[in-house]
Amino acid sequence: MIDWGWVADHLDHVAFRTLQHLYLAAIALAIGFAVSFAFGVIAARWRPVNVVSTAIAGLVFTIPSLALFAALVPVTGLSILTAEVPLVLYTLVILLRNVVAGLQAAPPDVREAADGMGFRAAGRLWRVELPLAVPLIIAGLRVATVSTIGLVTITATLGDALGGLGFFIYEGMNRFFLTEILVGAVPTILLSLVADRAFVWLQGRATPWAPPRGLQPESNA
Amino acid sequence: MSAPARHASGATVDFEHVSKQYDAHAKGTPGAVNDLSFHVPAGRICVLVGPSGCGKTTSLKMVNRLIEPTAGRILIDGVDTAGRDVTELRRGIGYVIQQVGLFPHQTIAQNVATVPRLLGWPAARQRERAEELLALVGLDPGRYRNRYPRQLSGGERQRVGVARALAADPPIMLMDEPFGAVDPIVRERLQNEFLRLQEDLAKTILFVTHDIDEAIKMGDLVAVMQLGGKLEQFAPPAEILANPASEFVARFVGADRGLKRLSLSRVSELDLRPAVIARVGDASAEARRRSATDPFPYLLLVDESRRPIGWIADAAIPSEGRLDERLAHSMSPLINRRTTLKDALSMLLDADVQAGIVVDRTGAVLGLVTADMIAERMRETAGDARFAAVDLETIERAGAIGAIEGAAQPSEPAPT
Repeated sequence: MIDWGWVADHLDHVAFRTLQHLYLAAIALAIGFAVSFAFGVIAARWRPVNVVSTAIAGLVFTIPSLALFAALVPVTGLSILTAEVPLVLYTLVILLRNVVAGLQAAPPDVREAADGMGFRAAGRLWRVELPLAVPLIIAGLRVATVSTIGLVTITATLGDALGGLGFFIYEGMNRFFLTEILVGAVPTILLSLVADRAFVWLQGRATPWAPPRGLQPESNA
Repeated sequence: MSAPARHASGATVDFEHVSKQYDAHAKGTPGAVNDLSFHVPAGRICVLVGPSGCGKTTSLKMVNRLIEPTAGRILIDGVDTAGRDVTELRRGIGYVIQQVGLFPHQTIAQNVATVPRLLGWPAARQRERAEELLALVGLDPGRYRNRYPRQLSGGERQRVGVARALAADPPIMLMDEPFGAVDPIVRERLQNEFLRLQEDLAKTILFVTHDIDEAIKMGDLVAVMQLGGKLEQFAPPAEILANPASEFVARFVGADRGLKRLSLSRVSELDLRPAVIARVGDASAEARRRSATDPFPYLLLVDESRRPIGWIADAAIPSEGRLDERLAHSMSPLINRRTTLKDALSMLLDADVQAGIVVDRTGAVLGLVTADMIAERMRETAGDARFAAVDLETIERAGAIGAIEGAAQPSEPAPT
């Protein structure tokens, strides 16, 4: 059923496409995170910005990805830009919401104590609110990463130069060649799983102060 | 216990016609404050107490300017807080709140060193100070310094909150229901420990509570506030209890204010009644004769170190032979000189023989205390409380003079 010989012949190409896949996903996540973070800091402070940006991000999320690629082709051609713009936009809706929620997660008593002890606004943001936002920000990155790794496959519709592992899925579908589809799909799934576990690990390292997952904070006795 | 702050006792705090209105049209908004004036001498605990919405927390937060007054001035050591840089002002005032507000992402040592870090102390000094303060509030630095707040009990977190507020040795502490979130037993212990600390620290403390018993226990001065942010009475606890200034205060302190006054006095203030005592092995006939000359119908049997064994009713003392432990048929509660009159009275009510036996540290008998003596003491101190009021007026006048001197600089109009 699976043509192992074909797989063996194409290992180099699989490796290349895997790296390309990671590269396309990483660019989207990096830009998406930078934009979300900058907007999130503003939106967490000014409610109108939050309302508007959340609405726009939500609206973007409803546009089918294929349609978005198609709409961009006349503007940006079959370039990497055409691939990255939609990928970035899709990360925004997840990341922005989590950055804002994270920055607002500091309990009121913690904020009050910080103000009362003489933190300035910037100091409170960097030393109190931001560290407390880390769990939600990482949770957002985790979801955005898994979703982006999946979405990268669709960029294969923009031509052979893009697509990452999606290249094999797209080509395999055109040729009714199951082995090639699997060579694209299975590593994509594996990448998602590995990235997901990596963020769980990072979460544990970055927030030693948070209660372990699944455990309640110790009692008040 | 070390007293790092003996030199840095508190600053004075003055409220001068301070008002806060949240809505220009409605005077009774919860949290509003109406023309509040009082003077807190350096090193004293002033408790703001009243029902919820009376503006006590608002008043507290106006001191470190988390809330800005609508009118009036608040002076610290005679200097108007409105003119000071708000960040600097806050770093110089310790702040403790009910929910503690520890930073969950920082260790206990980091939490305690918060203000020193803001002030840019060297890291080593921050660490040292954090450890010193943990020890001061009764938390072993070795065990606690690297823990996170979620790993502490409510009472431990409160201690850390107090340590954090003391970190930069501020002359003033603001405490908003600091012991309100812990169970009554822990609260009592924290209150006692804090009072003991304060004996060394001598900070000026503004303390908010809705609990009149806590106010009486903690306060050198008590400000009773009424809905609408009106100050009903400002006086030492004994004066509040003995002479409530208004119907509201009388109702607020409760019908048992007489009993509450009892908790302000201790057995050491009483002239103890001498007990007729006899040792085990003394001649019965002689003991019987001595006990008969005293109106109290019992003889107190003690051991060779004068430690009480029990009572013998006069009628039950044998006319010959020697006194023997088995003759003692009942015992009264043992009371020490630090026991409050309230606790003493409460113990007496449960006892068979209506006299408490006051003992010293070794357990030897000092004398007796009876319910009548306690009642008598209460009648006397109703007069004392009035003297306390005079004291307070003297303090207030001194404060007012200070304020006028402070304002007597050129270009500044003297306050009326």
